[in-house]
Amino acid sequence: MAAAGPAHLSSGKINLGVLRDHYRRELIECIDKCTGTKALVWDDALTGPFGLVAEYSLLKDHEVEKMFPLGPKTLQASNVQNIIFLTRPKLKLMELIAQNLLNEDHKGPQRTEFHLIFVPRKSLLCEKKLKEMGVFGTFTSVEEFSLELIPFDNDLLSMEIDTTFRECYLENDFTTMFYVAQSIMTLQALYGIIPYIYGKGDCAKHVVEMMRRMKGELGGREPQITPQIDNLLILDRNVDLLTPLLTQLTYEGLIDETFGLNNTSVKLPAEKFIPKNQKPDEPLEPKKFILNSSDELYADLRDKNFNAVGSIVSKKAKAITLEFDERHQAKTVGEMKQFVTKLPHLQKARESLTTQTSIAELVKEATNSDGFMETLRCQQDFTNGLETDKIHPYIEECIAKKDSITKILRLICIQSYCNDGLKPKILEYYKREIIQAYGFEHMITLMNLEKTGLLKIHGIRTYAIIRKSLKLIVDDVNEQVPNDISYVYSGYAPLSIRLAQYLARPGWRSITEVLNLLPGPKVEEIQQIPVALRKRRNSITSSHSSTGEQRVTLVFFLGGVTYAEIAALRFLAQQDEGGTDYLIATTKIINGSRLIDTLKEKIESVKINPF
Amino acid sequence: MATADWNPLGNVYYRNVELYQMDWNGLLELNQYMIAAAPYGGPIALMKDDKKTGRVSTNVKPIINVYNAAGKPLSQLRWNSGNVVHLGWSNTEELLCIQDNGVILVYDIALNFKRTFGMGQEAKEMKILDWKVFSSFQGTGIAVMTTSYRIYLINNVDDPRVRKLAEVPDLNSAPSSWTILNLDRQSRALVAKDAQLFLVDHGGQYQEQFPELASPVTAFIEMAVSFNNKLLAMFTDKGVIWIGSSDLKKVYCEFNTKASQRPQQLAWSGVGAVVALWDKLCIVVGPEKDWIKYNFESFVYLVQEEDGLRIIGNELHQFLQKVPDVTEQIFKIGSMEPGAMLYEASKEFSRRSQKADEYIRMIKDKLDVAVDQCIQAAGHEIEPSKQKALLRAASFGKCFLTDYRPEAFVDMCQMLRVLNQVRQFSVGIPLTYTQLNHLSVPVLIDRLVLRKLFCLAIRICHYLKIPDAEGASRILAHWACYKVQQKHEDEEQLARSISQKLLDAPGVSFSEIASQALEQGRKQLAIKLLDYEPKASEQVPLLLKMDQNNTALSKAVDSGDTDLVYTVLLTMKDKISNMGEFFMAIRQMPIAYSLYIQYCRQQNPKLVEDLYYQEDNFLAEGNCKVVSSYSEEMFEDRIRKLEAAITCYQKAKMEFASKQTEDQIKLLKIQRKLEDESNKTYIDMSLHDTMYKLTQNGNHKMTEQLRKDFKVPDKRFWLLRMEALAESSDWTELERFSKSKKPPVGMEAFVDVCMKYYNRTEAMKYVNRVTPDQKVKCLVKVGNLKEAADSALESRNEDSLNIVLSKAIQSNNKQLIETIRDYKIRLNTKK
Repeated sequence: MAAAGPAHLSSGKINLGVLRDHYRRELIECIDKCTGTKALVWDDALTGPFGLVAEYSLLKDHEVEKMFPLGPKTLQASNVQNIIFLTRPKLKLMELIAQNLLNEDHKGPQRTEFHLIFVPRKSLLCEKKLKEMGVFGTFTSVEEFSLELIPFDNDLLSMEIDTTFRECYLENDFTTMFYVAQSIMTLQALYGIIPYIYGKGDCAKHVVEMMRRMKGELGGREPQITPQIDNLLILDRNVDLLTPLLTQLTYEGLIDETFGLNNTSVKLPAEKFIPKNQKPDEPLEPKKFILNSSDELYADLRDKNFNAVGSIVSKKAKAITLEFDERHQAKTVGEMKQFVTKLPHLQKARESLTTQTSIAELVKEATNSDGFMETLRCQQDFTNGLETDKIHPYIEECIAKKDSITKILRLICIQSYCNDGLKPKILEYYKREIIQAYGFEHMITLMNLEKTGLLKIHGIRTYAIIRKSLKLIVDDVNEQVPNDISYVYSGYAPLSIRLAQYLARPGWRSITEVLNLLPGPKVEEIQQIPVALRKRRNSITSSHSSTGEQRVTLVFFLGGVTYAEIAALRFLAQQDEGGTDYLIATTKIINGSRLIDTLKEKIESVKINPF
Repeated sequence: MATADWNPLGNVYYRNVELYQMDWNGLLELNQYMIAAAPYGGPIALMKDDKKTGRVSTNVKPIINVYNAAGKPLSQLRWNSGNVVHLGWSNTEELLCIQDNGVILVYDIALNFKRTFGMGQEAKEMKILDWKVFSSFQGTGIAVMTTSYRIYLINNVDDPRVRKLAEVPDLNSAPSSWTILNLDRQSRALVAKDAQLFLVDHGGQYQEQFPELASPVTAFIEMAVSFNNKLLAMFTDKGVIWIGSSDLKKVYCEFNTKASQRPQQLAWSGVGAVVALWDKLCIVVGPEKDWIKYNFESFVYLVQEEDGLRIIGNELHQFLQKVPDVTEQIFKIGSMEPGAMLYEASKEFSRRSQKADEYIRMIKDKLDVAVDQCIQAAGHEIEPSKQKALLRAASFGKCFLTDYRPEAFVDMCQMLRVLNQVRQFSVGIPLTYTQLNHLSVPVLIDRLVLRKLFCLAIRICHYLKIPDAEGASRILAHWACYKVQQKHEDEEQLARSISQKLLDAPGVSFSEIASQALEQGRKQLAIKLLDYEPKASEQVPLLLKMDQNNTALSKAVDSGDTDLVYTVLLTMKDKISNMGEFFMAIRQMPIAYSLYIQYCRQQNPKLVEDLYYQEDNFLAEGNCKVVSSYSEEMFEDRIRKLEAAITCYQKAKMEFASKQTEDQIKLLKIQRKLEDESNKTYIDMSLHDTMYKLTQNGNHKMTEQLRKDFKVPDKRFWLLRMEALAESSDWTELERFSKSKKPPVGMEAFVDVCMKYYNRTEAMKYVNRVTPDQKVKCLVKVGNLKEAADSALESRNEDSLNIVLSKAIQSNNKQLIETIRDYKIRLNTKK
């Protein structure tokens, strides 16, 4: 596999192209185990992540001729020698697969061979289920492909498991933590042992313990590579439940809040992207855009506060126009030639500019609405510690107008957090209002929120102390040229990122008291590195190097991270005095709505028999 | 003299070095035995051969003895299987006993039975006539010829797949000789039918071969292939030895021994000479028709090696090899090579003679070559004293060099130390330096382990600084496996001594040792050992196998591997028939318990409810009931489920939940009634939606009733009604509503709701009723910007004016923009 993959993955401090190649090799190994032509049947949730790792042409090179989504219907007819099911280990999916295979049986004898590949891991339960349904024997082979961390960008990895928080804090199921620990072991195998480990929260502790075990299982066969990552910081989402609930105000964050970003791509109304004079007759399919750092302009814009986007876009527009105008000044053939060589790049830039302008306009429409502004005001009241101990009129009004339930739950949870829990009367009032307005079935959802601590009866006052000592609220925020991470929420600095910031400088010892107020234990661990593999620091030669002594910290968010938090970390990495570069890994990229949605109890009601 | 035992063969020399005085000397006569000796200084297996002793075969079962290369007995076995016709060794030092029915039994070096396989049906029925054990490209192969003159072969004894070779045309009697050739990654047989040569393969092809022959031949009666498979020697009935390449394309020479008798053995010494043996006489023939004759005092047996030929006799074990070039360069009489000079210099130096200096001066600019030569030559010596002398010379020469890299010297010293150790009489592996390079150190260590020389193996690993995971740990694991087989030792002590030694060794698989112990029926020992296993995935299944359920469960939980926990849970569930007992067992482990619930939730929701009931988790039980109520089709069932849920919530002291559930039942009953009355659906709507629908349908009385019954807050009730009325365009009712009592919401809400359903006229009615501070905002909302601007001016509010201005700019109303700018100036001047 000569291709190193998309260039933007390799441009970071840590070359994530290496990881991508590792996964590609494993995937191909898996697929190549069966010989002959192949058709792949996909678990839908996997297509997105796989698209980031292996493109269709790669699969085609390995005799994959067709691809189908896994559905309840019979398999589409295809005359390939092998049919490979790619699936997550979920019992529901096993039922689908079994149905597919049983239907296949009805068609009579065939020469097709069936294979099953579990992603990321085989599961005994699933195999048992298949056996119970009498189809396990049909498979010629059952493999696993441990696609754990999918490289989203040159500094961003995601496992794309969205139910982590629910599983850990509602269902007491820590399976994902095991996957996390294994994924960190994979990273260590590729990039060397990470010498310093820090963590906060129950799950973080759990992961570190499992890593210790896995290290023991390696039995001395540790990778003999000089560590490229210096620190590992594991943050449990439970430590900071406030940040994801707030509305993100970075460009990328807002795109996610309004349209939803999945696997770095977003679907937008297509009307916005066609020239005005040719209106279509019928409604168009939403248009899909892939957004990552391979687009220069987007890389520039994504982490900016949305209020700063306009000025950057117009500056860029001017610059491009200026460059295009250069052709008028070009007199000699040589100058002309020089211009022509620049042309493709310029055209690409102009194209990207048009796209981004349109996207920004779409976002602007959403943020201009009254609802958006009022929600924001309400959130800011709460984070500032204002009006938190009474029923908030805006929330009341939203319930009455039956605004989206997710939005309301988000707001109430914020209020609960900022008030260190609500007064019993207020909480009960909200709950009753929600049940009356949205239906009784939401009672269980509310209980879930209480069980996870997102909603609670008020207890010890800690928020005010945390807010002050970690300087979560910054009044004189500069959205255009930020000087603090608080710009990502226009005045609120994400707690999680403050923890990362303090860890880098001056160290967690300075905030011991606050750390003790936050839930879950603190973990600090040192992994010994053989002397021969240690980085040589402060040696005479390295002081000349211009790259300096930037340390790399891997921040692993258990239970999800928001784009605004990512932006804040990137901002920290760019600060001159920071001295730390960040690599970000997470179980899933989330926002408040996604977090709340996973905690909802999904109840489907059957129609009452009228007789 | 170093060259005393050298014999010239053309322009090279051969020497016959003594390796060992045999330990078996005087105890046995080799000529009475079937002999098999493994290459690379491997073990020797002996079995009394009745044909050779000339005795009438008795019913006494023969004995197989295995000795090391120094004739020291290693193991013994009384044979009690079929008729063994041949013994051989595989490349992993397994003894292959070939029976006359083509069945091969495989034993390890300690003569423990490993496995068996056959050479096919024909071999079994027809019996076999002849056999060859050869080294193939895949490992060690075996070929047999049946009494019907068909050849069957396998390429690898570890993976025996029998292949039938093509038939040689018109072969009606036993071929005069045959052998196996390995060419192009394929094993083929070369069969001599008198003077005709056929090459047969397993693809069903045969090719007649026509090697170049100077003298006439009537039959080839003996063949030998060299160790590297590239050269072939054939002996004809006229006493001529034909030497050529194994593809028969090249001929090196034909040498007439003038012997009419078939040689007892025909073999290659390395790749440089063919050795033919008749009883006590042997002739070494070089490719240029040169020859040397050796006489032995008694019967000897020849073993081909990569770089020479081992000669095993009753008293001695010797090694016949070509004198290596570098040794020749140094020791040949009158040699002027730099190495020779350096060696002399070193000798003079130790005699404190100034001649040392003279010699050094002579080779000054070739000193590095000299050192290299001495180091290399040391490697080829068997005698430690000679090695020392040469290394000393090299070291002496090194003193005069400033930038000579020391690695070669150090490596050689280390290798020689290892070689001298394994060549010791007690170990008895007479490897040469060349052979060790080919065999590699890890394989040598494996061989030491096979011989149970654990301590030596570990010392070598430590000495060569082989990482523990690859070296010492592996050896210790083997040691432990061996240890648990010794039943006389106390279990407690054994577990302790094993763990003591192995705990610090990285990468030792305790589960492997434990399963070995279990195989030996030592369960307690196995359990003890398993406790040390770091890999839960290997530890847990074995614990389950031994019925250690609880330990297995806790180990699985500790590992965090969910799949492993499920493995244990499901196995336990199958084993423990009493569900209550099973629940008791898993309840102590919260994680396992939650995982089991997760599993049940997907497989059998009813079971989850039972589980919660069993452990008095009433809240969760109630929740289950609520959730399942939604899947009841019958209204009464649904109510009954909810009533049951209330009981649960009451037990759990969840007042709020039980009250809400009561309300829900109440609501459901009302909805049912409404449905009966109006033929519209209401069930599964929230209270809010029900009231909304009722309002839209004009049932204001019922709405009011519900408001009272369920204590709906005023404000929400108002907003709900306004919205419902506006949506159904009941503007009169809306207006009446706005005038009833004191509204808990501002008039601007009425403006909003009208505008939401696009009724500007209605909205305007309420604009006039809003409080002054809201007026501008409301005017903007209804789109009356001019009036909004006027109103803002009136109230002298610049902020409001700015809001209007921004709206004006958005709608691009130039005239209005001008007006507002004008207003702003007026406002500022008035200040």
